[in-house]
Amino acid sequence: MLSPERVEGSKHEGRGLTVYAVAYLAFLYIPVLLLPLFSFNDSVFIAFPLRGFTTKWYAAMAADTEMHAALWNTLKVGTAASLLSTILGLLAAKALTQAAPLPGRGFVLGFSNLSLFIPEIVIGIALLILITTVGVPLSLTSVGIGHVLICLPFAILVLMSRFEGFDTSLEEASRDLGENAWMTFWRVTFPIVLPGIIASLLLTFIVSFDDFMIAFFLCGTDTTLPVYIFGELRFPYKLPNVLALGAAILIASAVLVALAEWVRRLGAEGPARNRVIGA
Amino acid sequence: MLALPAMIFLVFALAAPMGLLLIYSFLTENGFVIDAHMTLAQYANVFTREGYRTLFLRSVAISSVVTLVTVGLAYPIAYFVAFRVQRAKFTWLLLLTIPFWTSYLLRVFAWKVILGFNGAINSGLISLGLISKPLEFLLYNPTAVVVTLAHAYAAFAILPIYVSLEKIDRSLLEAAADLGDGPFRRFLRVTLPLSLPGILGAAVLIFVPTTGDYVTPTLVGGSDGVMIANLIQVQFGRVNNWPLGAALAISSMAAVGIIAVAFIQAARLSVARIK
Repeated sequence: MLSPERVEGSKHEGRGLTVYAVAYLAFLYIPVLLLPLFSFNDSVFIAFPLRGFTTKWYAAMAADTEMHAALWNTLKVGTAASLLSTILGLLAAKALTQAAPLPGRGFVLGFSNLSLFIPEIVIGIALLILITTVGVPLSLTSVGIGHVLICLPFAILVLMSRFEGFDTSLEEASRDLGENAWMTFWRVTFPIVLPGIIASLLLTFIVSFDDFMIAFFLCGTDTTLPVYIFGELRFPYKLPNVLALGAAILIASAVLVALAEWVRRLGAEGPARNRVIGA
Repeated sequence: MLALPAMIFLVFALAAPMGLLLIYSFLTENGFVIDAHMTLAQYANVFTREGYRTLFLRSVAISSVVTLVTVGLAYPIAYFVAFRVQRAKFTWLLLLTIPFWTSYLLRVFAWKVILGFNGAINSGLISLGLISKPLEFLLYNPTAVVVTLAHAYAAFAILPIYVSLEKIDRSLLEAAADLGDGPFRRFLRVTLPLSLPGILGAAVLIFVPTTGDYVTPTLVGGSDGVMIANLIQVQFGRVNNWPLGAALAISSMAAVGIIAVAFIQAARLSVARIK
């Protein structure tokens, strides 16, 4: 499908586009990179000119026990939400990519992607109403339920792209050779899909880790890290602490994403090759 | 069978709460008790109060501009990756998606830092001697909301447009060139119409969630940039009128849905006419 020669436009236009692409990357990255830059700046004001190098904001962050509690909460929710959404997504993605078309396939796919089209604030308040109606106190569990919901579409998309192009005759061969369904899954399907599972675990963890809106409504007193940061943003003198924390989070999530994409691409030939999450 | 666990989960975690939200929108708050009498009073409130209408129209206007700006800025870059980049496609796509996965809250915060009264732009311009006092029009207005959202939703525009451009059969472009179309006419008559599904997909993926955005108007919008989500949040917070909040959420979602569907139909019709 892809012909190697340039099929569109002139060379002149090509140079203009390259310049535009680089400018666009600058627009995407410069705002984000200001956070790490100012996090080493020796001033409470986030302003130019830079006042000199310091690591005191990182030291302050390391001493902030309230922040540690929030971080711990976020890690717990993120781990649980990524595990659960990946397990649910794995089963659903398998069903959605089977050779024999699943009855109601469109409905299943639409229903699992629906949460992408509902504003997060609406998901937050709807779950808040449900949980208070049932009469359960708000906690990390309620946040976790909301996070599994918003993580599920990502898990399914990532895992479906892994299952597509999966040779189902391998499973048939395994069954013909006398393995039961469970052992076939464990010894044939699982190793092949493993990169997809790892990518899904990493990406859903990031979705949960970064979520503010749903946790804002559902966390009760179990503050998660984004809710904690949002609270801090109201106090100007606390901003540098948020900068250090923000810089650390940005770098950690960029590394996780790059890792997830790299793992997902390992050995992913054929249909899954040029695909990127969300596409 | 295998999809059953996910479906059961979605019934309890998505269908049930959305159903309850709908029911709540027909109730009334009576002090600290919910009156279980079904009534349309909340909707009457939503549709007659002028302040609510202003806020809703402003949200739709801001999101429309955001959609237009984001798609317009993203199209050339998606085109670039699909047609110009040969070997490093994956690297480019990764570079373009990484910011999308990093904390949304922190990206909004970054814009607050940039546009603020003592922020990066103002302090930068002052220390360069270009201005003598801070520009006040940068932060706390609808433009700041548009800029921040256009930055935050970039990946939602780039990826769908890239996918639709990548799918275009290159021999169609060669055929158009052989038949005498110049690069510009060929783009208008072949490339652009064939990438329309990506453009529409991107538009909906941006327009729908941005109308309901809470973080950006709260942090960079100021009083002129308040949007419908702020009004909904207040009903579940300070004002404590959940039924009104539910009615506001349901009616704005319905209105946004109708606008999105109408937009897609209109776009399809106009393209059918060009062809």
